[in-house]
Amino acid sequence: MPALLEIQNLHTEFRTGAGTIHAVDGITYSVNAGETVAIVGESGSGKSVGALSILRLIPDPPGRITQGTVLFGGRDLMTLTEEQMRQVRGSEIGMVFQEPMTSLNPVLTIGRQITETLEQHRGVDRATAQKRAVELVGLVGIADPIRRLKQYPHQLSGGMRQRIMIAIALACDPKLIIADEPTTALDVTIQAQILELMKDLTHRLGIALIIITHNLGVVARYANRVNVMYAGRIVESGPARAIYHTPRHPYTIALLRSVPRLDRPRQARLDPVEGQPPDLTRLDAGCSFRPRCRFAIAACAASRPRLEATSNPGQSAACFRADELASLTGTNEAALAGAPA
Amino acid sequence: MYLYIIKRVLLVIPTLIGAAALVFLLMRLIPGDVCVIRLGSSGGTFDPKAVALCHQELGMNRPIWVQFFDFMWGIVRFDFGTSMWSGKPVTTEIWARLPVSLEIALLGSVLATVIAIPLGTLSALRQNSWLDVFVRVFAIGGIATPSFWLGIISLLIVLDLTSFFLGAAWMPPIDYVPFFEDPIRNLSMVLLPAITIGYRYSAITMRMTRSTMLEVMREDYIRTARAKGLIHKLIINRHALKNAMLPVVTLIGIEFAFLIGGLVVTEQVFNLNGVGRLFVQAVQNQDYTLTQALVMMTVVVFVFCNLVVDLLYAWLDPRIRYS
Repeated sequence: MPALLEIQNLHTEFRTGAGTIHAVDGITYSVNAGETVAIVGESGSGKSVGALSILRLIPDPPGRITQGTVLFGGRDLMTLTEEQMRQVRGSEIGMVFQEPMTSLNPVLTIGRQITETLEQHRGVDRATAQKRAVELVGLVGIADPIRRLKQYPHQLSGGMRQRIMIAIALACDPKLIIADEPTTALDVTIQAQILELMKDLTHRLGIALIIITHNLGVVARYANRVNVMYAGRIVESGPARAIYHTPRHPYTIALLRSVPRLDRPRQARLDPVEGQPPDLTRLDAGCSFRPRCRFAIAACAASRPRLEATSNPGQSAACFRADELASLTGTNEAALAGAPA
Repeated sequence: MYLYIIKRVLLVIPTLIGAAALVFLLMRLIPGDVCVIRLGSSGGTFDPKAVALCHQELGMNRPIWVQFFDFMWGIVRFDFGTSMWSGKPVTTEIWARLPVSLEIALLGSVLATVIAIPLGTLSALRQNSWLDVFVRVFAIGGIATPSFWLGIISLLIVLDLTSFFLGAAWMPPIDYVPFFEDPIRNLSMVLLPAITIGYRYSAITMRMTRSTMLEVMREDYIRTARAKGLIHKLIINRHALKNAMLPVVTLIGIEFAFLIGGLVVTEQVFNLNGVGRLFVQAVQNQDYTLTQALVMMTVVVFVFCNLVVDLLYAWLDPRIRYS
């Protein structure tokens, strides 16, 4: 069965005064129907831009998708007209954004913001849309839906607003939902609730989910597969469990080590990823992680490693020493043994 | 919400009292008075006895606090007395001139708003296009052009064009006819001044619309609206404009209030017998009663416009309505 979403060699750039930023520099990955895929990386790694590029929501100017195909249900989204693309947005692909505080329109009622999507894509009348909105708001776990629909965003808490965003994304029974750091702006307890809700709903309704996060805990618990991004590229990709237990890219290893652990003695120091993310306008021919990498060799400066299959089935990494890393970091396995799976 | 309206309306009372006291005092700080001007207008010397008699007639020989309470008591009863200069009731003087000023202000505001909001919006949506450049130049021109100059130029253009095409120069009528009596004559009188003041007004409004619209279009909820796959028209009309209009409404309200009392120069250029001109005459003649009444009227207009703006705000923005 072909994948629901197949992204091939996608490039997105931003033209700025300081030069062209290759925010997404040739990413390739796929998402199967009903599957949850996590995109992980630090700020500025291109994970959000990559996701927005799928829906062609990059502000142009300064942004532009310069290359690549995004096959969704067999159609290349990059070749659709703006009108055809509009019909995909919100209908076949839903989107949940990072900031629930600012992502809802402050002057429209919650109800209106849900029903307008239905009216737009399903062509239903107001009463039908209203009925479905009540159903959706109930589905995302908000009590007293009829009263809530008449309220405005400022009358709801952050967690509730994010539930509303999820309801909007679900409105037209999409096949895919893209969630761009959906819990970053929320309290920890609320984060868990929102993630559980998304997991539950996507499983129950058979919706594929791309979840963009910098939180490795989220990845471990909710994702089937993981793509680790660095400087606009995917540097490692594979099943969540494999990425956790046998990371094959030095950046992934560093990321995993930088996670604070409650189950270890407090004396143990945090091990942050040393150095700064690279300047995306000035990348050289070599591996972009090289300046921060403990395992860099001469070959890393000469050319950029491609994302290739490792000795672990299903797992690929963009590192010349991917297969060596397992032996080089012998203690890694032990150190990560406590990581949630 | 109702509490909010009541509070807003009650706040008007101290504002009015303060304004009344201020204008009463300021008028009396100007050296000389209406009697001196009236009797000395011929340029010769005048009899102090005549001045004293005049003061007595106008009640200006009474202690100042008596005059003040008389004035305040008059306001409460909507009795502003008679003009110290013409001897006619103040309300008669104002009523005779208010329609033309009000009509020009209204027409100017409507013209300005109708032009400014769509152009400002389009300009923001097509940032850096030729349309945007045109709108920005047009707006800068409107802010930089003094309205008296624009008034004179537009009159000259009308004169030249009519004499060229019709053979005889045509001038707008100078006596005011109410719109419902003779719409064509009425409009031919007020249209030019309305355009003259409307240009500057629309320039400011356009710039405000453009900048807030640019800001709003970068908001997260606009991205959400796009991600929902809404058609462009809906994103602009329902999601962007309603948010962008908040500061624009304030601007329109304040500008309108300003026009009622501030048309002095335009009225002079077009030779219109309006409130602005009456204002200048009243101050020149040191006509206390008339000036006081005019200032009170202007204050009331300002306060009323602000009240309307606040109510509109509450209507547009639920965050205010429910707090």
